[in-house]
Amino acid sequence: MSVATASPSIPVTSPSAPVPPASVPAPAKPTTVTLAKALNQALADAMAADERVVVFGEDVGELGGVFRITDGLAARFGENRCFDTPLAEASILGTAIGMAMYGYRPVVEMQFDAFAYPAFEQLVSHLSKMRNRTRGGLPMPIVIRIPYGGGIGGVEHHSDSSEAYIAHTPGIHVVTPATVEDAYWLLRSAIASPDPVVFFEPKRLYWSKAQLTLPVTTGPIGTAAIRRPGRDATLIAYGQTVPVALETAEHAREFGYDLEVLDLRSLVPFDDATVTASVERTGRAIVIHEAAGFAGFGAEIAARVAERCFYRLEAPVLRVTGLDIPYPPPKLEHWHLPSVDRVLDAVERAMAA
Amino acid sequence: MTLLDLPLAATRGNPAAAASYWDTDPLRYLDEHGAPVEGGLRPAPELLAADRLLALYRALRLARAFDTEATALVMQGHLAVYPSSRGQEACQAAAALCLQPQDWLFPTYRDTAALAVRGIDPVEALTLLRGSWHCGYDPKQWRTAPQCTPLATQAPHAVGLALAAKMAGDPVVALCLLGDGATSEGDFHEACNSAAVYQAPAVFLVQNNQYAISVPLRKQTHALSLAGKGVGYGMPGVRVDGNDVIALMHVLGEAMERARTGGGPTLIEAITYRIRPHTNADDATRYRDASEVDLWLARDPVERLARYLTATGRLDEGLDSAIAEEGAKYAAAMRARLTLEPEVDPADMFDHVFAAPTPQLREQRAMVEAEAAAAQKDEANGGEA
Repeated sequence: MSVATASPSIPVTSPSAPVPPASVPAPAKPTTVTLAKALNQALADAMAADERVVVFGEDVGELGGVFRITDGLAARFGENRCFDTPLAEASILGTAIGMAMYGYRPVVEMQFDAFAYPAFEQLVSHLSKMRNRTRGGLPMPIVIRIPYGGGIGGVEHHSDSSEAYIAHTPGIHVVTPATVEDAYWLLRSAIASPDPVVFFEPKRLYWSKAQLTLPVTTGPIGTAAIRRPGRDATLIAYGQTVPVALETAEHAREFGYDLEVLDLRSLVPFDDATVTASVERTGRAIVIHEAAGFAGFGAEIAARVAERCFYRLEAPVLRVTGLDIPYPPPKLEHWHLPSVDRVLDAVERAMAA
Repeated sequence: MTLLDLPLAATRGNPAAAASYWDTDPLRYLDEHGAPVEGGLRPAPELLAADRLLALYRALRLARAFDTEATALVMQGHLAVYPSSRGQEACQAAAALCLQPQDWLFPTYRDTAALAVRGIDPVEALTLLRGSWHCGYDPKQWRTAPQCTPLATQAPHAVGLALAAKMAGDPVVALCLLGDGATSEGDFHEACNSAAVYQAPAVFLVQNNQYAISVPLRKQTHALSLAGKGVGYGMPGVRVDGNDVIALMHVLGEAMERARTGGGPTLIEAITYRIRPHTNADDATRYRDASEVDLWLARDPVERLARYLTATGRLDEGLDSAIAEEGAKYAAAMRARLTLEPEVDPADMFDHVFAAPTPQLREQRAMVEAEAAAAQKDEANGGEA
């Protein structure tokens, strides 16, 4: 008794690597592009480049998603390529896993951070383990897009930062853009990746703008970016806290401090080389994120910096994070979020050490 | 005695409940004694052809031989754990034999015998339970997903694969195996609902073996029929005698054909019984009576078909011994290979976490390799460090 091997008949119109900008019509004049539009364009370009890329989730079809990130995709590519699902997050991710087994490259949307939790078992028990379980037999080229973070006046369950839960799970890449350019390129790279990627979208930055012409390329997944070089201390941030770090660095100049701002953009894989090199130069590190500090991703960063830069450190690695509380209601959230003042206080402490 | 004595006993003192239960009497072709049931199913003549029935019988005997040998191997410490499917061989054989080569099977940890019937090498099939890796066979080659351990979580995968095949225009059906306990899980509900919404070519086969480890069905659900849940999803729900392989093949064949031709998913509840404890680590005497097991031993699916084949002149003692001999040879080969210590390589732990290892994994791989080399050196030096 034997089962014949045959390939699924899914049309493949391009290699899995992102299409370089050279293959796209001559770039037009730079225009104002929001981070949300860059994500939308990345999805459209990826779908145009590879018919195996399918987009699905709650309200992503006709509506274009509650944040309009999938706007126009169903109309342009048809309902086989971009479709609404029943309201069932475990099923959304589980369906994506089954489709990936058959050769598709699903990109699924979890409507909000805190509504992604029902999919957690599928993520931990299957998405992260399937390639390993089958010794490479069933790779999982799946992207899970999750709008995350606060500062948008959202009521309970609309402002969580759940990156630590995911980053703690071996087998998943975790990325989050802070710039319009990275929003485009990281998403293209995530879709092209042979491995599962959780793509955290900083929803407070959806409407941030840049003058540019899409497509753009930035760094590959797994590399951090220095957003501002400096000599005295390294602010390590990602997603929504990158603008906070940059603003802090501007203010710190008034106090005579020259701060380096490092945008991790990829939590997994973690760019130890860039982080270590930066802290080796500055001798001080301050980690900033919105999620609760206790057992948060910042603890991992602080430990890694301490392990690698101990003899160069002039001060303990400090963390400026969300409070160790359930995410507060909108009228109180400004107390919770890492502010420029709070980061400046940490800078003062680090510089005084 | 009827197949439904047990559920009836559970509804004792509640005649109304018992009455509804009888209304959903499972479909059968053969009774417990291997005689065609009056007013029972009428399978297509092809299914009742002698060569077809003998192929089914061989598959039942193979499943039994596999399960018996695996049970012996775990008792002797050659497997890490073994959840036996003894008593469920009709479901195991039918699940594998109702598939076309391009169809996908989504098995659980209790369905290793089905993998063997599908043709997967028993050493590869038992890799998970031997503990030398997680999945030992190539899922794409065998169109068989890795055996799933967290209950019902493979059901959405079956739906996704079925949807993918439908989108690609391929005549592929996904058959998802589940137990009665799994029907309480959220993923079961989400998968059934999504399958129906997408009209995905998927078939859900629930082997209702009456127990989820120690918990009997009556504590799992207040519903009188698991197949009845199909109504809520807008898909056909069918109850079938899970120890009647002919009835199973008939019902599965219809469901597979319906799925393949655009008719959407089906939920099948096969009434059967787990003869052995949950696994070798379980003690079933703590939660069920030996008389109950005896009752079901008398309904053995392998014996049932043997009686029918003998009564209809398709099986004689000579052929039966020859088939038994095939099973014995299969088991002996299993034993010869599975009693050897499996080769394991610590590098395996790192090589498939991602397509390309992260810098951190490269470091950890080097550390473990150095440790392994040092251990080997120690061993070569007679254990002296």
